[in-house]
This record gives sequence, C-alpha cells and structure tokens, in this order.
Amino acid sequence: MSLHDHAPVEPGYEVHTHHGDYVRIWAILVVLLVVSVAGPFFGHPLVTLVTAFGIAVVKAYLVAKNFMHINVAPRYVAYLVGTCLMFMLLFFAGAAPDVMKSDGTNWNKPAWVAAHEAAVHGGAGHGEAAHHE
Amino acid sequence: MSASPIATTRTAAGMPTGRLAVWWVIASEIVIFGGLLGSYIMFRLSHDAFAAQAAHTNTWIGAVNTLVLLTSSLFAVLGHKAADAGDGPKAARLLYLTAGGGLLFASIKFLYEWPHEIHEGFTISSGTFWSFYYTAAGIHAAHVIAGVVIMLIIAPRAKRNLDLHRVELIGLYWHFVDVVWIFLFPLLYIAK
Repeated sequence: MSLHDHAPVEPGYEVHTHHGDYVRIWAILVVLLVVSVAGPFFGHPLVTLVTAFGIAVVKAYLVAKNFMHINVAPRYVAYLVGTCLMFMLLFFAGAAPDVMKSDGTNWNKPAWVAAHEAAVHGGAGHGEAAHHE
Repeated sequence: MSASPIATTRTAAGMPTGRLAVWWVIASEIVIFGGLLGSYIMFRLSHDAFAAQAAHTNTWIGAVNTLVLLTSSLFAVLGHKAADAGDGPKAARLLYLTAGGGLLFASIKFLYEWPHEIHEGFTISSGTFWSFYYTAAGIHAAHVIAGVVIMLIIAPRAKRNLDLHRVELIGLYWHFVDVVWIFLFPLLYIAK
C-alpha cells in the first residue's frame, strides 16, 4: 500500500525519504543529553565547554540529518541554511568588538572600566555597572 | 475535474512547494534565533556576572524539558514515517503525542519553572542575563505553542488520510524548534 493509493496529498508530493532507525537515533540523543548534564560535575571548564557545546553541535547535526533529512533534500537547502548561519557569524564578527571590548579608537566604556576596576580591587557589583550602561 | 492552485503544484524547485516554504521559514528563523544567541554569547563572554546569574537556573528542569522535546521530535518523525506509509490514523496519533510533548514542555516552563524563578525575584528586568533568559526562552516557547496549535489543526485531517504531506511539514518545523532548544539548554542552564 503506498501513500498515493488512498491519501490525497499535495500534487507533486513524492515519498522519497529513507526512514532509518529513529528510536536508535533518539537513544543516542538521550545519552548525549546525559553526558552534557554530567560534564559540569567534573569541575573543569574545558570539559564543560566540550560536553555542553560540542555535544550540542553533534545533537543538532543528528537531528538535522536523521529527523529533518537535510542530507536528502536538494543541495541548495543546505546552502540556504548555511548562508543564514554565515550571516549569523558575520553579525557576531561585526558586533563583537563593540560589545566585548572596553575601548577602541575614539571610544571607551567608562562604566565598564569602573566595574572592572572595582572587581580587581575587590569591590562589589562586578560587571553589574556595565550591564546598566 | 478538480483543479488545484498552481502554488501547490509547482515543483520547479526540485521539491514540493510546501516543503520548500518550511525550509525558507527555518532559514529565516536561524537569523532570528542566531542574532539573539549571538548577542547572548557576546555578553556572556564579556561579563562574569552572567555566570553568577546563570547559577540560579535549574539545570534539572532544563534537562527534563530537553528530554521532552527530543522525545516529541521522535514522535514527529515517526508520524512522518507513518504518513509516508499512508497510515493517516497512526500519523495523527503520533502528531497528538508530539503536541502533548509540546504542551508538557510549555506547562513545565510556565506553571513551574518561571513562577518559581519570579518568586525568587528573578524577573525579566532583574539584569541583562535575565532579560536574555526570558526573551530567548519566551520566543522559543512561543514557537512551541505555535507548533502545538498547528499540529492540532493538522491531526484531524491526517486521521482521515487527508493532506498527509503536512505531517512532514510540521515535523520539519518541530525538529527545528528542537534544535534551537538544543543550543539554548547549554547556554542558559549549563554554562555557569
């Protein structure tokens, strides 16, 4: 019995998806979730970074490939998604210097510098002043 | 002789128009969430105070909600498989289960997690971290609720073997919502 025998669908709709073992993929995702939660318990920043964000990338890849079937979609879909991700990186690269630096050519952030100095000298409110600038 | 609107019969893009439209939506959403998460990362890396504020979020609640979304994504893709096999009733059942996962996710967030945090004094105006937290999680939750509503609209027709291709389309959207949460979870709950 095929989809087209009795299921009115969008004309041109083609069933081409190769359905894999989804439960196995889900089990892998759950194991990765457990690892990402366990990572911080090791108390090492690098381990936390890898188990949190490295695993997030792997999980996103597994979902995109196995659940969204992006690998069997026309190639331009991957280009479309990739282009949007590139724009995200461009935005980050363009805005980060203003956000993440305390000074630059003909500009600075007095509140941020004051907060940093307060922190260095053991003052209270580390970082908070910068939040309100 | 029945006639269908041209917009639903066009396949010049190499795939059904509906699927192309959903991918287009997803690409647009990447820019929306990407800008938000990119901004968060900039501030998170610049301000140690973010780590102290993030320490107040409940990792276990975040993990449970991640498990709920991952499981609902499994139901969604199994629904897609059932739709491809022409089994509308099964696809509808799986859509209802997916929607149930979305409702459970939203319930945990709106009925337990956020009231608890607000009760503790952490509101959207408590600081930059909390502004990002409520904005990012709130926009994501709005997408979850939108997905649930769409699934509840699609499922009754799928049950009658009508418009089964829509099961795949809402599944695509739902998996994207899942992927967004996959990145929100470590940013808001783990990186402390």
